[in-house]
Amino acid sequence: MKSKLRSPAPGALIRKGLLLLLALLLPVWQALAQQAPGGQPEMAEAMRQNGKIYVVVVVIVVVLAGLLLFLISLDRKLSRLEKEVRDE
Amino acid sequence: MKKNWWKALTVILLLYVAVAGLLVPVPRLAILNESIRNLYFHVPMWFGMTAILIASVYYSVRYLRTPTAEFDIKAHEAARTGILMGCVGLVTGSIWARYTWGAWWTNDPKLNGAAVAMLIYGAYLVLRSSFTDEQQRARVSSIYNIFAFAVAMPLFYVLPRLTDSLHPGAGGNPAFARYDLDSDMRLVFYPAVIGWTLLAFWVAQLATRISVLKLKVYEKQIA
Repeated sequence: MKSKLRSPAPGALIRKGLLLLLALLLPVWQALAQQAPGGQPEMAEAMRQNGKIYVVVVVIVVVLAGLLLFLISLDRKLSRLEKEVRDE
Repeated sequence: MKKNWWKALTVILLLYVAVAGLLVPVPRLAILNESIRNLYFHVPMWFGMTAILIASVYYSVRYLRTPTAEFDIKAHEAARTGILMGCVGLVTGSIWARYTWGAWWTNDPKLNGAAVAMLIYGAYLVLRSSFTDEQQRARVSSIYNIFAFAVAMPLFYVLPRLTDSLHPGAGGNPAFARYDLDSDMRLVFYPAVIGWTLLAFWVAQLATRISVLKLKVYEKQIA
């Protein structure tokens, strides 16, 4: 049963992932394009105008990606260990 | 990959939340200002905690029906992950309170309820570490875990609604009605809840696998 389930090629997986990301981002796109109304409570406009909010976004994404990559590598190491213990 | 698709989903959702959570427009509200974006990070901690604690109780019940070390380990690691998420939720909530309500902590039923519930779960860890016999530890802590869940959930979600509270989702307020009307926020909030909850399950699964491995190696050494 298990041997029949061939895992798809990495290219197809990445394509699927990108499609999912696109599906999540597309509905948001329109909202991003909207203009901010004036004379209302103060928001972080200056940060966005200077483009600096994107710096924060990138930093957070890097931190999060690092943590997630660590989790993935931990997961794989564990799988290898589990296999070793099982085969012994 | 067939079995691990949900981990890939976790990665995608959390990266999406980090980007969209900061960039997608939010309602312009006085006092809250941009801090309304904490909704994507603070609130999912509690969703994730609740989900993982439900899993923990499930394995505690299964342990009491069929006592195997595996169920005990699963219940324990799930509870630990839940406690971690709850602590992060308390700290993030405290920071948010400082800059919106003006104090790190208020004697609010929602806040005190959550704190007491976390203490009850803290006692679970203390109780576990006080046994030397594994079976006794597993049995008593399973029973305590079920009790802790039954006490903690009303403290989180029922009692705060019976009185007045600053915290949204308490004092008779329907939980998200005020913010959730905004459809832009919903596009980020729901993926955030799913993403952080999945992350809790991922962490708990890794911790469980380490404990199971440890047990197996230990058993081999004895044999």
